[in-house]
Amino acid sequence: MQASSALRESLVTGGKTVADVSQDISCQVENKPSRLWWMAFGTSLVLLIYGGYCCWMMLWHGIGMWGLNKTVGWAWDITNFVWWVGIGHAGTLISAILLLFRQRWRMSINRAAEAMTIFAVICALSFPAFHMGRLWLGFYWALPLPNAFGSLWVNFNSPLLWDVFAISTYFSVSLLFWYMGLIPDFAVIRDRAVRMGHMTRARVYNALSFGWDGAAKTWMRYESVALILAGLSTPLVLSVHTIVSMDFATSVIPGWHTTIFPPYFVAGAIFSGFAMVLTLLLVTRKVFKLEDYITIYHVELMNIIIIVTGSIVGVAYITELFIAWYGQVPAESYAFYNRVMGPYWWAYASMMTCNVISPQLFWIKKIRTNLVATFVLSIIVNIGMWFERFVIIVTSLHRDYVPSSWTMFHPTMYDIGQYLFTFGIFFTAFFLFAKFFPVINMAEVKSIIKSTSEKKNSSAH
Amino acid sequence: MGTTKKTYWKGLEQLKNDPAYIKNADKEFVNLGAEEDPGHSRRDFLKMMGFSVAAVSLAACETPIRKAIPYVNKPVDVDPGIPNYYASTYINGGDYCSIVVKTREGRPIKIEGNSLSSVSKGGTSVPVEASVLSLYDNYRLRGVRIGDKSESWETLDKEVIAKLGEIAAKGGQIRIVSNTILSPSTLAVIEKFKAKYPTAQHVQYDQVSYYGMMKANEASFGTAFIPSYDFSKANVIVSFGADFLGTWLSPIEFARQYAATRHLDEDHREMSRHYQFEANLSLTGANADYRTPVRPSQSGLAVAQLYNLIAAKAGKGMVSGGLEGVANLDKAAEDLWANRGNSLVVSRSNNKSVQILINGINDMLGNYGSTILPNMPVNYRKGNDEAMSSFVSDAEGGKIDGVIFYNCNPVYDHPMGEKIAAAVKNMTLSVATNYTEDETGSAVTYKAPDHHYLESWNDAEPKKNFYSLSQPAITPIFKSRQAQESFMVWAGETNVDYFNYVKENWKNWFYAKSGGTMDFQSWWDKCLYDGVLEPGVADGTSMSFAGDVAAAASAVAARYKADNKGFELVVYESCGVGNGSQANNPLLQELPDPITKVVWDHPITISQRDAAAAGFTNDGESNTHYGALTVGGKTMNVPVLIQPGQMPGTIGIALGYGRTKVGKVAENLGINAYPFLTFSDGSIGLSTFEGVSLVKTETPFQLAQTQTHQTYMGRESVIQESVLSEFKKNPAAGREFPKITKWDEKVDPSTLSLWKGHDYKDHHWGMAIDLNSCTGCGACIVACNVENNVAIVGKDEVIRRREMHWMRIDRYYSSDGKHGDYEAMEKASENPEVVFQPMLCQHCNNAPCETVCPVAATTHSTEGLNQMTYNRCIGTRYCANNCPYKVRRFNWFKYHDNQQFYQSNPAMNTDLGRMVLNPEVTVRSRGVMEKCSFCVQRIQTGKLNAKKERRPMKDGEVITACQASCMTGAILFGDMNDENSAITKLLKIEKDPKRPYGIDKKIGNPRAYRVLEEIGVKPNIFYLTKIRNKEEAKGEA
Repeated sequence: MQASSALRESLVTGGKTVADVSQDISCQVENKPSRLWWMAFGTSLVLLIYGGYCCWMMLWHGIGMWGLNKTVGWAWDITNFVWWVGIGHAGTLISAILLLFRQRWRMSINRAAEAMTIFAVICALSFPAFHMGRLWLGFYWALPLPNAFGSLWVNFNSPLLWDVFAISTYFSVSLLFWYMGLIPDFAVIRDRAVRMGHMTRARVYNALSFGWDGAAKTWMRYESVALILAGLSTPLVLSVHTIVSMDFATSVIPGWHTTIFPPYFVAGAIFSGFAMVLTLLLVTRKVFKLEDYITIYHVELMNIIIIVTGSIVGVAYITELFIAWYGQVPAESYAFYNRVMGPYWWAYASMMTCNVISPQLFWIKKIRTNLVATFVLSIIVNIGMWFERFVIIVTSLHRDYVPSSWTMFHPTMYDIGQYLFTFGIFFTAFFLFAKFFPVINMAEVKSIIKSTSEKKNSSAH
Repeated sequence: MGTTKKTYWKGLEQLKNDPAYIKNADKEFVNLGAEEDPGHSRRDFLKMMGFSVAAVSLAACETPIRKAIPYVNKPVDVDPGIPNYYASTYINGGDYCSIVVKTREGRPIKIEGNSLSSVSKGGTSVPVEASVLSLYDNYRLRGVRIGDKSESWETLDKEVIAKLGEIAAKGGQIRIVSNTILSPSTLAVIEKFKAKYPTAQHVQYDQVSYYGMMKANEASFGTAFIPSYDFSKANVIVSFGADFLGTWLSPIEFARQYAATRHLDEDHREMSRHYQFEANLSLTGANADYRTPVRPSQSGLAVAQLYNLIAAKAGKGMVSGGLEGVANLDKAAEDLWANRGNSLVVSRSNNKSVQILINGINDMLGNYGSTILPNMPVNYRKGNDEAMSSFVSDAEGGKIDGVIFYNCNPVYDHPMGEKIAAAVKNMTLSVATNYTEDETGSAVTYKAPDHHYLESWNDAEPKKNFYSLSQPAITPIFKSRQAQESFMVWAGETNVDYFNYVKENWKNWFYAKSGGTMDFQSWWDKCLYDGVLEPGVADGTSMSFAGDVAAAASAVAARYKADNKGFELVVYESCGVGNGSQANNPLLQELPDPITKVVWDHPITISQRDAAAAGFTNDGESNTHYGALTVGGKTMNVPVLIQPGQMPGTIGIALGYGRTKVGKVAENLGINAYPFLTFSDGSIGLSTFEGVSLVKTETPFQLAQTQTHQTYMGRESVIQESVLSEFKKNPAAGREFPKITKWDEKVDPSTLSLWKGHDYKDHHWGMAIDLNSCTGCGACIVACNVENNVAIVGKDEVIRRREMHWMRIDRYYSSDGKHGDYEAMEKASENPEVVFQPMLCQHCNNAPCETVCPVAATTHSTEGLNQMTYNRCIGTRYCANNCPYKVRRFNWFKYHDNQQFYQSNPAMNTDLGRMVLNPEVTVRSRGVMEKCSFCVQRIQTGKLNAKKERRPMKDGEVITACQASCMTGAILFGDMNDENSAITKLLKIEKDPKRPYGIDKKIGNPRAYRVLEEIGVKPNIFYLTKIRNKEEAKGEA
């Protein structure tokens, strides 16, 4: 008997040839930016400048510019931190784990997703930095550096220190991985620039590509490094958010002190990360006309991952409530009662709606293959994930053990400004990336082009 | 190419290859010899240049110049860095406290109680603790002012004497107006003045009058006096509105006596029972076992009813006008009668007739001579309302030509203040000796500022035969002059040195009686060193009650009403700002009111029922509305606070606010309630029954409260309390023993730990706080603020919940909500039971803050302290988040040298205010965390002293600031490793023989518990359960 598998659908549609790939993607770098790009970039810059002003005011006057108080010592700052770190996770998952699993559909999205990771981690890192009362000392006192203070050393018991290691490792590996993948593509742009006679561009991209020569040996090395970095990144997908979750899980505060946090946080991170990748790619695809590379099939696969992780998160929420009831610890029971029924019930309700209910819509194939619906839901998921962190941080702190200290938290314009500041960083960086770097990994995409000898079927698209 | 044999050479030496050449051939530079070496290498040049450039550029930066002026000659008694202590006396009107002033390099920085005084017995109170900052008030008068011009003392004296002479020549009237004067020497000075100007009369009044009480005693015993009280002998205490723990007469004395009757342990299972009948929830009412809300219009009738109930038992005649149906009154009568001779009935009423009835009740109960000591009359309040009224009417009628206000402010704090201000303008001479230019100061022409009491010599006689001395602890800061000297100057005396005058008086009055075993100088030095002189109580003639109770009762029946329907206004003194004389002191403004927890604001309090009827709501964020309060035809807008325990139909309003001229701290904060006081039956009363109404307005207002959640939500691991009947059966009554569930059994949380624990080989500092002794007054908060340079942050920051207090007192109301019905549990009962819990860093042995700090800025000491290293802190606030007790405080802003906090925090923002800072404690910078340190500077001083003397530390050598200020002794600090220490004995600590220095000490006292025992952080602070003397416990939460 002979079994034959069905012919797989091409991951790149429109009958693109290898040359088309180079042309379609490199032209974004080579052409003048479109008006749409300028508008988007301008908006990001405005955000960055306004956020920068708020950030400066906070740095100049003190953390008191934020709405924090004696009881709620963290609110938007760490909420945003966890949110951004979570978003970063999708990039790593796509480039590392999917690479190891030989999921070839990842090839057209991994570049942008990795870029998103880098920028999201930069945004995330800004919060632990700015939230310090004395940033000017904290940025190096939190590192285990030899110093002139005698035997003074960092406290290895502190989860915040673990964060320092976790995030900095994560950032370094992600940056390397991303840049490594860019090298052959930079070389493509260089070669095209030489052909077109743009010598300045050629020189710049030559430097960026480290003088890539495209030799078989070089490709071999390239692929082994990619594999090694993928191997290194894989545990990071799990470890980074596990360690972030330990900021809370190792504390004594009811609502924080929970062993479920590591898997719950990792699932949540991938959930929000995929949503953010979708948000960005749907825009990029439109602006740069990459519909043939980022297809409905990609969108659908990512939506499926969102259903899975969203459901894991939902189970985690319900487990928390169950344990709070089953555990019969008064403070713990109250913490969860207060989440659902207390003054921040609306945050909990938003979280439940956005994170647990809304992704379930993706069970319907029509919705998960609809670009508008996906775009809207991807934003809703990210709102929900922001609320998840807000709920965990603020509603646990604002009413903890001693009722005399119970307070409410209200953000000020500087809390909001600081958040907008990171959006400014993120989008400014992302649009610069989209303009000057190839947004799709040409080298890898070329490997999945089904080449035929037929002429390009112009009616195919 | 052929080879060439050509040789190139550099010189003949090379050609010749002589040895000298070969030796130096591979050296680039040949040694040039000494005379040619300039001694400086190129490297040196670069170094010098680098240094010079750096030095020049550094020198170009302008650094702020701070002048530190060293002593030219070191004063004999002053060693820089070593504090000096001076015994002195706090006198503010009739308020008295014998104190010890701590000075550093000539600056008073802290006030503590003088334990040698048998009046205040080492206690202090909120106003006493805070008064040290009033010394450095930026709004003090810098010197003489005539009208609006600064002048010299000579000019003032010349003009005042001329005007006095002018008035005397035409036979005009002169008045000296003052509050109660405790000082016999001052009174003697005034006598001298009166001798010089025979038309001069001295009028004394008190902000809060006790004149009715004096008149009642005159009617009852023949002389107008106020007796001493001894609450410590009272098994049953009944108080009609008298806030004797907070503001009534002499709270420092009474609180200590009262606490003595509330002390419980396994061997002593009896305590006093306290009934309170009042309209506002006062501090005293909050501590009562049975508290009954009563309308002020009915309070006199309730007293008459109690009289009748006791009279029935005593077989005496009944009086008319008793009011039936006052809850707990019959029970109170039973208890009083059962404890005849060991009971006490007091009343806040300033109505003569009510006080006669009170005297009658105490007389029937035989309390005179045991709990009431008429042979020890007190001088705290000698104000004469009638004399003051006639002064006002004389002044208005233009009959008075000259007035001298001696350290009093009647324009503000007398109900007829406005009239006084108007009348003073028309007088020939008007002088005020107040040390700030207050409302009265601005009304008069001549401002002759007196010293602050910490700059003054003075004496005092708080009680008959109890004397004390005031001595200056600092050279006068401004060009002020002792008021007594001013009087002597104006009286034409030549020898005007008041110090010598006091000394002479003491020599004449007391030295002669002392028996003369010492020469005068030594005797005087001893008096000065001790601060007090107590020759002993003279046995007074026995007094017999001769009051006409029937007449009093009918007067009461005529004045009070059983069925008043409208609103009634109750004016009270708050525990912080009090009568308002120290209102410009931010320590007092930011002290949370013990009951309402309001700071910087002046709300009126109304009951839950009235609030519901009028549509007022308070949310969890202290948002409320203004109400239009009408009293006697005048309407004012005031924010409204819904107060559990408030009698429906009554409105409470505090005195001391609404200052118009006092300094930016307190100006225009709230409204002035003094005009609401009414003159009736010959004395000024504190309540108004008629013409009071309150309407809600739509203007929102946000109060600043330090505690916005009012109930303890049934959390027994926070508050553990029981009632005496249960305690008698089981001294562990009310204790909650949380358990942790393991797979097989439930175990004590302290037995499970990931940590190895600590061993404290030397000391193991700990604290015990008796919830039964703590009255909640807040003196510890102020003491801690002053001792530890705690920043005062102002109203806006408190609204953002960022007060910096290291020590706070949590006040919880009971709730009628069922356990588990969280929404209902958040709501306080209508007339709740109240519990106060001082809360400060618990110095956990397994401190959750320590593990989470990334830079190890908070660490554990080898003596059990949880230490905070400000210099190392980077301000992540993780420690504060992870603190289960929420006692850590973050410096959100720079609170020092910051214009934003100039008004609220003068101690860190003005040159004058900074003098109060304790140099032993760092002023924290922006962005760092801070918290209670167990007064580590005091521990260190104690250790160093012991070390210098080569001896082990003694118990009681180190006393924290909070402990020192606590008049009831609720706080006890000590070494738990010391077998003989008071704390070891109180907690009945037994060492674990296996690990004698370990953290898990066995606590034998069944009342002792640690807050939140279940989380296993193992604090070093133990609380003793709260026991109420009631038959049964109220609700669950």
